[in-house]
Amino acid sequence: MLEARELTCSKRDRTLFEGLSLVVEPGELLYLRGPNGAGKTSLLRILTGLSSPDSGAVLYNGMDISADKTGYYQDLFYLGHKSGTNGSLSALDNLSFWLAQHNVSVPVNTLFDVLEKVGLVGLEDVPVRYLSAGQQRRVALSRLWLKPAKVWILDEPFTALDVKGIHMLEKSMKEHVGRGGLIITTSHQPLSEQAGEHRVFDLEYRF
Amino acid sequence: MSLYQGIFKRDMHIAFKQKAELVQPLMFLLMVVTLFPLGVSPSPDTLQRIGPGVIWIAAILSSLMAMERLFRDDFQDGSLEQYMLSGMPLPAVSAVKVVTHWLVSFVPLLLLSPLLAMFLNLTVDMYIALVLTLLLGTPLLSLIGAIAVGLTVGLQKGGVLLALLLIPVFIPLLIFATSAVDSAALQLPYHAQLAIIAAMLLLAAALAPFAIAYSLKVSQN
Repeated sequence: MLEARELTCSKRDRTLFEGLSLVVEPGELLYLRGPNGAGKTSLLRILTGLSSPDSGAVLYNGMDISADKTGYYQDLFYLGHKSGTNGSLSALDNLSFWLAQHNVSVPVNTLFDVLEKVGLVGLEDVPVRYLSAGQQRRVALSRLWLKPAKVWILDEPFTALDVKGIHMLEKSMKEHVGRGGLIITTSHQPLSEQAGEHRVFDLEYRF
Repeated sequence: MSLYQGIFKRDMHIAFKQKAELVQPLMFLLMVVTLFPLGVSPSPDTLQRIGPGVIWIAAILSSLMAMERLFRDDFQDGSLEQYMLSGMPLPAVSAVKVVTHWLVSFVPLLLLSPLLAMFLNLTVDMYIALVLTLLLGTPLLSLIGAIAVGLTVGLQKGGVLLALLLIPVFIPLLIFATSAVDSAALQLPYHAQLAIIAAMLLLAAALAPFAIAYSLKVSQN
């Protein structure tokens, strides 16, 4: 269970949100909606612990995430606007170093399988910067199938993906929720039926 | 283990894929050093007198060019975010990154140093002192530099600011390092200067990783 308690965040003298509380239970998909500048990314970054709120707290299974970082980060997968892949490394290297950092051991064959699944057959050894934007996004997303994380926090995961990619991602979001996973995502396109049931949370733009 | 596999090996891998970025500061160093005989005076005595200072100043300037490499790419492509969410302790990540940075940018400089010493007519005693100061001093450059890179990495044009922040901080190091080599030239003991540089290095090694981790955190906010 991921819980936000009375979060307040302001950027450059503008309050993005104040006293924001929300609870996401396992097996739930929360779809965060709001216009540009409403503070969606800021909220997601606070939920991951990357930035700290002006006041309030984020709790995972009842524990403050700043108190139990290791436990939370073991269960967390976050994908932000930046893909977190180094352009001069190949997809395969990027994934295997990332897995080592997150202390997940996966046989090399699985890496090839996942890269095949996301449609990057034959591009495993190409430096990522030579791939198209959508393909780079696919490399970043393929971690979803490699790290056994319970909490997915995805910031605009559909950016640059083609129709097939969006379908694949929505399908696995539904599967993840079915397994008792927890997802918080933002997107400017509405989620389709493929993504399964979801709760919508609206953030409003404040002046 | 995850630090070794995930950070050390990764950074080494990237360094060898980006050889140009590693070679350019070294070429810069070499060129700056060769400019002095042309610009000041080619007389062996003058060169010997200014030599240690020239090498150290060139080393500091060229290190500033490569310093940004430490965290710039990781910040821009989001790898830094992923480190922070990996459960690895950030001070340890910072320490490993500093070590790899030192290995790829300063060890080549140390290898190049006999050539520089010959250019500037340094005696063997002076050269030994120079190498000792470089061995103790260049890790200090990496450690302190990393704090400043952490602080400026979020800014759009941090390059010049980085130099302005760091050059004053490196002044004590420069003074003690060149003074050690000067003492060696006069056949005087220079343990005191080395000890002071070593003390600065130990202090930085103990505290800098935490400062780097904090500055990286701030840059994410």
